[in-house]
Amino acid sequence: MSLKRPAKDQPESFEFNSSSLEAANKIISKYPKGKQQSAVMALLYIAQKQNDNWIPLVAMKYIAKLLDMPYIKVYEVATFYSMFNLSPVGKYFIQVCTTTPCMIRGAGKLVEACKEKISENESELLPDKNCSWMEVECLGACVTAPMMQINDDYYEDLDKEKTLEILDKILKDEIPKPGSYRGRINNEPENGRKTLMELKNA
Amino acid sequence: MLKDQDRIFQNLYNDLGSDLTSAQKRGDWVNTKEITEKGRDWIINEIKDSQLRGRGGAGFPTGLKWSFAPKEVGSRPHYLVINGDESEPGTCKDRDILRFEPHKLIEGCLIASYAIQAHVCYIYIRGEYFVDGQKLQAAIDEAYEKKLIGKNAAGTGWDLDIYIHYGAGAYICGEETALLESIEGNKGQPRLKPPFPALIGLYGCPTIINNVETIAVVPTILRRGGKWFASLGREKNTGTKIFCISGNVNNPCNVEEEMNIPLKELIEVHAGGVIGGWDNLQAVIPGGSSMPLIPKEKCETLTMDFDSLVVEKSGLGTAGVVVINKDQDIIKCMARIARFYKHESCGQCTPCREGSGWMWRMLERMAKGEASKDEIEMLGDVTKQIEGHTICAFGEGSSWPVQGLLRHFKDEIKKRNNFDPIVKETQNIPYLVDQHLLDKNA
Repeated sequence: MSLKRPAKDQPESFEFNSSSLEAANKIISKYPKGKQQSAVMALLYIAQKQNDNWIPLVAMKYIAKLLDMPYIKVYEVATFYSMFNLSPVGKYFIQVCTTTPCMIRGAGKLVEACKEKISENESELLPDKNCSWMEVECLGACVTAPMMQINDDYYEDLDKEKTLEILDKILKDEIPKPGSYRGRINNEPENGRKTLMELKNA
Repeated sequence: MLKDQDRIFQNLYNDLGSDLTSAQKRGDWVNTKEITEKGRDWIINEIKDSQLRGRGGAGFPTGLKWSFAPKEVGSRPHYLVINGDESEPGTCKDRDILRFEPHKLIEGCLIASYAIQAHVCYIYIRGEYFVDGQKLQAAIDEAYEKKLIGKNAAGTGWDLDIYIHYGAGAYICGEETALLESIEGNKGQPRLKPPFPALIGLYGCPTIINNVETIAVVPTILRRGGKWFASLGREKNTGTKIFCISGNVNNPCNVEEEMNIPLKELIEVHAGGVIGGWDNLQAVIPGGSSMPLIPKEKCETLTMDFDSLVVEKSGLGTAGVVVINKDQDIIKCMARIARFYKHESCGQCTPCREGSGWMWRMLERMAKGEASKDEIEMLGDVTKQIEGHTICAFGEGSSWPVQGLLRHFKDEIKKRNNFDPIVKETQNIPYLVDQHLLDKNA
């Protein structure tokens, strides 16, 4: 279990803008009639995208009304799942995987790089920075470890130097190219691939 | 080594493109109509003949699972749910299927939905795979456009809608009933079984839940015949499997191989060997973090399938092979896994919620050499108090890796943690005073 606390400074009001509302209605229509509650996770996610990467309490209340469900149930869901940020994070939200497969390939160095470039403590949003970082559990790219996620994109096959380069770009508000940073193609063995050779050479 | 033409996922490395036209060139969607015309019973029997076992970790026979769905659709509709919540440390196979072989998955969804008489299929993808999920969504849109799914899908006369549901970073939602709770818009806390989802599942309706890889291999099995699939591997452990080899190897990779392949061949041939040579190998986690590790001595001859790993008191799980070499501190590695489980416990059952934290804290101290001698036994005791005392298999998943460590590396822990206990009198008192109540002969 992990502890999650809503931010102290909360905005007064929240409403979906028209494009969010359209997306929300599209998602609600995926589920059977009367089961609109199923859309709560997707709607929280939309709210998070609209509100600079975090979900204020008023947004939960708004979603509860929209889906005709008790506010406490929305709050439960929002605090249960780790991808919902309940307090402000950077415009660029950096998540470094440090679970064992990444750890044994040097994820600690990535954490060092984040500490040097961004902030000493994780989940700390400094006023002069456009990004914040945190350690997370397995992101499911173990073959290309160590790796990190910035907003929706995966940055894989990293080391400290490459992480510093990526962070430099982020701090300059540029979006670096996602994917492998050792130039490998997807999850194939880097050199000495033994399978599906005909396709590779085709 | 498996012959290239026997590999199901020809596009595992995206040499060929994942769009519909390229997928059709590889044989997807070619004769879906003819397959369904052979009837539900034929499909289920063919899958039973192939001896396909679920690829999500538990290895439950897929044909059998499908046959649990009610034969007639009553007042409640049937659902097919695909589990793409892949969060097991060491595993990243479903991601490659979602992004590079989406049409195998979608076609599999259609055939499986037809077999279990479902008109709606939900694909649950972990929230972090948003980009890969978008690629799958593009493939779904493409399939709708070409009338391969939707009304009268692919000319089969069957209606099918496929929707993606994103998770939001909870490992526990990979457990099938927690996944259903999550789709229903609740916290992902597992349900008690029975009732099993095949009878009472999503929205209280009959639901079949399968892993992404399981469903994606179905069309190929039906095209080439259950016998072909069963001819690969060995009895009850048939077919091919995507192995994810990560950790201290020279070329970590995903590779599709035959079941029952020797572990040494996987590591040496496909992953370019252990960093520092085979002799530098310390231990291997054979099937994702929840499976107990296996020390080097046993890795020499180990073959990778469900049953042979059970003999070694481990399991194939998701086939995420994590290689740990001698440069790593094995206790620290396991302490980090324990921290993962502490973070991911859903908090529903006390033994797991509290015990996962205990295991983590004890292992952290043992890694630093701050524990006393008697605590090593105590740690084993804690794992036994969690295992089997929880609603779902998370309890086992979190305690097995610790048990594996104690089984094979106890000497290492003892060497580092050599203090006498502070209160010596308690030495012989078992940590749970009421342990006598567990006596089976009483």
